Amino acid sequence: MSEAGVTREGLTGRRPGREARFGNGMNGPAGRHRRPEGREGERRGGGARAEVVPPAAFASYYGRPVIKPPSWEAPDIAGYLFLGGLAGAGSVLAAGAELTRRPATARAMKLSSLTAVSLSAAALIHDLGRPERFLHMLRVLKPTSPMSVGSWLLAGYGPLAGAAALSDLTGLLPRAGRAATCAAAAFGPAVAAYTGALLSDTAVPAWHEGHRAMPYLFTASAATAAAGMALLAGPLAENRPARRVAALGAAAELAAARTLRRQAGRAAETYERGAAGRLMRLAEGLGLAGAAGAALLGGRARPAAALAGAALLAASACTRFGVFHAGLASARDPQYTVRPQRERLAAAG
Amino acid sequence: MSAQDEGRLRRLWWGPEPEVAADAGHGQAPPRVGFFTDTSVCIGCKACEVACKEWNAVPEDGLSLTGMSYDNTGALGASTWRHVAFVEQQKPLGGQQARVDHSELDVLALARRGSGTPVAEAEMTPTSPGRDGSGELRWLMASDVCKHCTHAACLDVCPTGSLFRTEFGTVVVQEDVCNGCGYCVPACPYGVIEQRPGDGRAWKCTLCYDRLGEGLEPACAKACPTDSIQFGPLEELRARAAERVAQLHRDGVADARLYGEDPGDGVGGAGAFFLLLDEPEVYGLPPDPQVTTRDLPAMWRHAAGAAAALLGAFALAFSGPRRAAGRRRAAGRR
Ligand code: SF4
Ligand code: SF4
Repeated sequence: MSEAGVTREGLTGRRPGREARFGNGMNGPAGRHRRPEGREGERRGGGARAEVVPPAAFASYYGRPVIKPPSWEAPDIAGYLFLGGLAGAGSVLAAGAELTRRPATARAMKLSSLTAVSLSAAALIHDLGRPERFLHMLRVLKPTSPMSVGSWLLAGYGPLAGAAALSDLTGLLPRAGRAATCAAAAFGPAVAAYTGALLSDTAVPAWHEGHRAMPYLFTASAATAAAGMALLAGPLAENRPARRVAALGAAAELAAARTLRRQAGRAAETYERGAAGRLMRLAEGLGLAGAAGAALLGGRARPAAALAGAALLAASACTRFGVFHAGLASARDPQYTVRPQRERLAAAG
Repeated sequence: MSAQDEGRLRRLWWGPEPEVAADAGHGQAPPRVGFFTDTSVCIGCKACEVACKEWNAVPEDGLSLTGMSYDNTGALGASTWRHVAFVEQQKPLGGQQARVDHSELDVLALARRGSGTPVAEAEMTPTSPGRDGSGELRWLMASDVCKHCTHAACLDVCPTGSLFRTEFGTVVVQEDVCNGCGYCVPACPYGVIEQRPGDGRAWKCTLCYDRLGEGLEPACAKACPTDSIQFGPLEELRARAAERVAQLHRDGVADARLYGEDPGDGVGGAGAFFLLLDEPEVYGLPPDPQVTTRDLPAMWRHAAGAAAALLGAFALAFSGPRRAAGRRRAAGRR
């Protein structure tokens, strides 16, 4: 853990909050506990005027975070969010393709879903502190824990996705294969949507405050990814539904991301700055380019369809990594925890 | 569902919940216990930190200087279950004065008297405000700990059932069950629980579950020389705390306030609550923590809506007649 030191070159590792003002900047009007006025004024230089101006300062303990950011690895967990969405929405696309007699697309999507869900499971187990205990996930089923619900969803969905793909590849048990395809398509949306609750059900401001929009953003992103995969891997003659999904998914992703930022309040900044900001902007650009490319050229030229598909897949991945990093940034900076809570208290009176 | 059932369900979710242990399935539960940490008498000796490490065999987690007053522990974490915060403030507390002339003072005579001025006659005590409001420094110390929330987010979100509610109403991790998924870590609104590097599992204060079973008080409370950390039945602690805060207010310490004692707060009241002398965030505590699962019903509703929307979008995309043109064009190229 450490940190500050005096070296020949001067001070190192100084804490940002070390020089911060102590005592809450909002003590006067906003805080629950009012102090005698004169003293306040001396400390803050004009405490009386602070009655009208919303205070800009907030107090913290040496600038340290209030909550603990998750120790999840981005490639594992953000990667899982992407792959899980691709698998879930992909299974719906596979079933749609199968039922409307688009066999090549159906097979490609079944394979993609099986691969994605297998990689998902590997990433999730890899991220555990005790990977050998992964089966403990199925000790209980707790509706209060999205991770528990998700584990059971994956336990149900994974084998179905596997059966659907294997039956298609080998040609064995076609009826059972079709049933598995349809069942996987029933699980798919849940697999794609529950991750919204998974992230939001934490104290991480950027995630929790956006809990109403998060599932929509994630299913939209999942649809974008699945459409991208179908454009990339499916034949031209069969990709019309994928092009439609691409347009719907990219538009919905754009709208949901905006809504999420609006809901996130002060923590919205974390979606606009730094690594998260770059990823979110990249996701928007790639999503729009991919959807436009798919709509204009995706039905005409194979390379264009593939390129648009790759852009859509990348857009979906960028969204997931962007959301992940915004959450980390909002957890690491105490202001996103303290200030909204202060404002809530002030509003409640 | 009857109105009664509904009320019960809501209580389990959010708001005051008087019988936490019974609601968790412990029939015949002993009274709920907790900590009342009165920071106004804390002297920052860190005996609690040491006692906790010793009793619970918590490993060493870094020996370093942080540059944060006398706090070289930093924060609560996997291997720090009691953490003493030190805050230096330019703020009057007892009106301490520098360069006071003591030449007239006969210290030996004072010592013979056995004590200094009786408190009732004293012009000022360590906690009375400076006369002109111009005290130079006050040093706040507070021993932080897991709050053993009535509605504990860590427990709610734990997928393995490793975190559980004990018969004493406390929240404990079972180290033989935890698989280190790390979900409890960002769920806790106070940043208490953490995964231990190298071990992988999540660890936090157990409120000395093993000692409670034997009728002993937790190690930190036992070791605290000033009784800043008080252990006991929660109801009793709440009454004691209300009295203490009233006393401090009478003595002119307007800053004194309780934190976490209200069963109506965002976590249904903490099992370990505090008397603070400044805003909670000054000590690194969230001013208005909420258990994240309070919003979980809404999250599930929106997740269901999003899943339905996904299905709907695909249905829309696959509906309608296939356009022959596209196929013909593709066929022509083949
Ligand atoms: S303070 Fe955090 S770790 Fe302790 S019981 Fe509450 S939610 Fe759990
Ligand atoms: S890390 Fe352990 S205690 Fe925490 S939620 Fe996961 S299984 Fe439960």
